[in-house]
Amino acid sequence: MAKNVKVYSTPVCPWCIRVKQFLKDNNIVFEDYDVSNDRLKADEMVKKSGQMGVPVLDIEGEIIVGFDREKIKQSLGV
Amino acid sequence: MYDLIIVGAGPAGITASVYAARKKMDFLVVTGDIGGQTAWSGDIGNYTGYQFITGPDLVGKFEEHMFSYNTSVREGEVVTEVAKAGEIVLVKTTKASYQAKAVIVASGKRSRELGVPGEKEYKNKGISYCATCDGPLFSAKNVAIIGGGNSALDAALQLIKIAKYTYIINNAPELGGDALIRQRIEEAHNVEILNKAEVTAVLGARMVNAVKVNYGGEEKMLSVEGVFVEIGLIPNADFVKGVEKNSRAEIKVNSHNETNIPGIFAAGDVTDVPEKQIIVAAGEGAKACLAAFRYAAQH
Repeated sequence: MAKNVKVYSTPVCPWCIRVKQFLKDNNIVFEDYDVSNDRLKADEMVKKSGQMGVPVLDIEGEIIVGFDREKIKQSLGV
Repeated sequence: MYDLIIVGAGPAGITASVYAARKKMDFLVVTGDIGGQTAWSGDIGNYTGYQFITGPDLVGKFEEHMFSYNTSVREGEVVTEVAKAGEIVLVKTTKASYQAKAVIVASGKRSRELGVPGEKEYKNKGISYCATCDGPLFSAKNVAIIGGGNSALDAALQLIKIAKYTYIINNAPELGGDALIRQRIEEAHNVEILNKAEVTAVLGARMVNAVKVNYGGEEKMLSVEGVFVEIGLIPNADFVKGVEKNSRAEIKVNSHNETNIPGIFAAGDVTDVPEKQIIVAAGEGAKACLAAFRYAAQH
């Protein structure tokens, strides 16, 4: 069963673009929240991660800040 | 042992990798990230062949070109030391050690930090070095931009549209940057420019809630939730042992991209070559690779 993956990002940040590309390359389906125009999701991201930098990944409740390739790989088993 | 190791994958490192691949060198690219500062650039209108392209898109093109040769790229591997040992060059990283006949240092520059109390603690908790990335999270909040040059003004242009109120804290007597942009900022109703002002601390609880500023000898507290640091760049050159640098800590190279140490070459923004431009860095990467190719063939 595929894990539930959420990405909180802004449109132009390079790490956001890279993290999403990485997920796509690995055929991971994810929900993409643009926190630049979704205030609720922005607040949710800050609450979950305790910080304000993008991108933030929520992989079944595991919060990963930034494009931490190793952690993401481990969490998703790819 | 490799013929060549390229440190960095911005325009200089990636272009060097393309040349190395076409020369059929046995080589490796070791880099923290791909694209370097170009990935953080907004709109680019001066890279020949593209009348208009964004930074991330140009990096996408670079990357595609690099990987079209099945090049080995160790991404996310940070180089901790480059040093000459006898006839070879050693490259140590956070994960491994490598040896090569020649190394091209193309590690670029990074944002200069403030160096004040609270900066480390509140990084990503209100302190940001990328207004383009994190700016949107500060809508309807008070923010401070530290700096007075072009990058600070660019950040200001973006933030005055998003934030409730923007302070620009500039240590010079007046703002630098382009006159046109300066005028647009000065005309905005929700901005206050503090010249000859210096941040002395960033304060907060869980997140930033204020900056302490020395303004004309007086201490002033500004209530802000965001702090955007735009005070220039410093070369990523600390890990290269024994190379000569200029007063800006940039690696000195000659017209063939040679440093003072045979076998260690450098290219792009990490060097003292004037004009920090994407296209200049790319060209320097090509030159460095051709010089390194000749060196490796003789050693």
